[in-house]
Amino acid sequence: MMFERIKEKLEILADAAKYDVSCSSSGSKRTNKNKGLGNSDGMGICHSYTQDGRCVSLLKILLTNHCIFDCAYCVTRRSNDIKRAAFKVQEVVDLTINFYRRNYIEGLFLSSGIFKDADFTMERLIRVAKKLRLEENFNGYIHLKSIPGASDELMREAGLYADRLSVNIEIPTISGLKKLAPEKNHSDFIKPMNKVKNEIIQYNSEKKLIKSTPKYAPAGQSTQMIVGASGESDREIMLSANYYYKNYNMKRVYYSGYVPISNDPRLPSLGSQVPMLRENRLYQTDWLMRFYGFEVNELLNQQFPNLDVEVDPKLSWALRNQHQFPVDVNIAEKEMLLRIPGVGLKSAHKILQARRFRKLNYDHLKAIGVALNRARYFIICDSRGWETRDLGPAKIKSLILRNSVGKFRKEYSSQLSLF
Amino acid sequence: MKPSTSLIYDGTFHGLLTCVYTAFEEKLLVYNILPPGIPQTDMFAENIEVFTDEVKAKRVWLGFQKYATQRGQNSIYYAYLSELPKIELDILRYFQHTFNCKTSVDGDFANVHVLKIAQTAKKVGREKHRMEAFVRFQLTKDNIYFSNIEPDFNVLPIIEKHFTSRYSDQQWIIYDLKRKFGLYYDLEKARVIHINFSKNLSSSEEKELLFDTTEIKFQQLWKKYFEATTIKSRINTRLHHQHVPKRYWKYLSEKNPLHN
Repeated sequence: MMFERIKEKLEILADAAKYDVSCSSSGSKRTNKNKGLGNSDGMGICHSYTQDGRCVSLLKILLTNHCIFDCAYCVTRRSNDIKRAAFKVQEVVDLTINFYRRNYIEGLFLSSGIFKDADFTMERLIRVAKKLRLEENFNGYIHLKSIPGASDELMREAGLYADRLSVNIEIPTISGLKKLAPEKNHSDFIKPMNKVKNEIIQYNSEKKLIKSTPKYAPAGQSTQMIVGASGESDREIMLSANYYYKNYNMKRVYYSGYVPISNDPRLPSLGSQVPMLRENRLYQTDWLMRFYGFEVNELLNQQFPNLDVEVDPKLSWALRNQHQFPVDVNIAEKEMLLRIPGVGLKSAHKILQARRFRKLNYDHLKAIGVALNRARYFIICDSRGWETRDLGPAKIKSLILRNSVGKFRKEYSSQLSLF
Repeated sequence: MKPSTSLIYDGTFHGLLTCVYTAFEEKLLVYNILPPGIPQTDMFAENIEVFTDEVKAKRVWLGFQKYATQRGQNSIYYAYLSELPKIELDILRYFQHTFNCKTSVDGDFANVHVLKIAQTAKKVGREKHRMEAFVRFQLTKDNIYFSNIEPDFNVLPIIEKHFTSRYSDQQWIIYDLKRKFGLYYDLEKARVIHINFSKNLSSSEEKELLFDTTEIKFQQLWKKYFEATTIKSRINTRLHHQHVPKRYWKYLSEKNPLHN
């Protein structure tokens, strides 16, 4: 291996790939067969974390950062004056195998700038995955990008070697896409997404009849949306996310706070802050939709198009819907337990189990892990001192804010002083 | 009433189970269970040394299995591996609670011992997962992938399966420096080994002798990758330290200041 040259390429092509936030390596079972290399048991592993706190689970690189497109929000856009580089197929394979053997990574995340055309690029990505699977007997995780506009045949082949495929929608609204990436077509994004979705459904149904049916993208599809680049509301973003979850069976939608990278007047200017708090609130909403049984329009609607920055979306919902509380934790259904602010999935599960043995009081709940500073205003349990005062939403909110700390608090402290 | 008793066992899991057996058999009021080498604190307690007995241990475990769920059984074993002081007593109470109730108690989180066992098992599980993540193999000249670890808890017995199924086509050694034993996988199965590190492993001459010539190059590539993938405008050191606690840094090549 030409270490010096590879190092240079790695620096350029990892740097260009880092804005893709997806790094999950879970959800795919690939057992090691015939003493091959690697084994995925469905549980992801973060082998390290970058200094910005994001998980490093996969070797995340671009095959090349040469690109024929000129999307305003992207660092590798044609008109940007940066160093360009390209990996050879074998170089990516060698890097992946050597990193994997040293237990640095769970596998490969391969994306690419689009050179020549969509199919040409997609074919190269597939070649890397194919080589890893067939020649190296590699059972680790492979995440490939579906290149917008790639043909159905190629997408079909890609799923046979990859664990996950993803197309980044990037801009949540069609009008935003027109503005920031006029050369790209919304339907080009949808095409590979649709093909992969249909193939997954088909392979799964065949698998039920014939056990030897090969795996097809077992970890499903994901996509990513940039937040804060084209002025859309939280409601528009989450409606869009919901649409992809429902219609394309997405495993995940990622939200990426826009990191300013150019002086383009259509975008936030270079020094502006990355909207991390907003990103955080969107993820919370995403979790509420996927795991807590909330519908998107309960959290965001015409009346409330944006999420509350001061408190989390569940608390915000509970404050608007006080008629549903207090909830008695010793008798409530799981669905309702999950809606109590300060009770998460784990605590709800523990409450359900523990209350079969005895009635639970504040001390029990606290030991179990319930965040009582929020939950106490919304529950009844086997303790006398529950909240009996008739407090309004504004009062509860200010009490909670006063008795808790938040990592983003300093960013909106000016608003707090109103109380 | 019998006076309270301290049991002293040999530190093995079967030894601990024998203690449980003894406590039941002799109807002891157990105040403490101690591994070897820990000084007894209560002057009034009676000390009994318990000798590990496989048959008794097995009886306890089989009896426990009748009631306990798989999760309950795992929790007990994981909690034992934590080696935390006084955890043995919680384990004994868990057994007593199970045998009293004659049913699985692993969901009784309002019982302090059950909660303690569940939480400790969770901690050990986390450490297991961390080791699966933070082990960094270095290729030696003998074609063995070698790694040192110093886990907070004794997780080597429970990470064996993960590494044997993942790296079944390469020889590897994972060595626990704290507990002075390691696992060596010889392409067939993993077995326990003990190594006398007579020389200073961290000196650069030793490293040159021991490790493959390309090893340092790959470590440098990995570090380069690690640095390139950081988004500077989002740096969050607190979060970084939370995910990768500093005590693990010395074994992580990407955090090693020497590789540039």
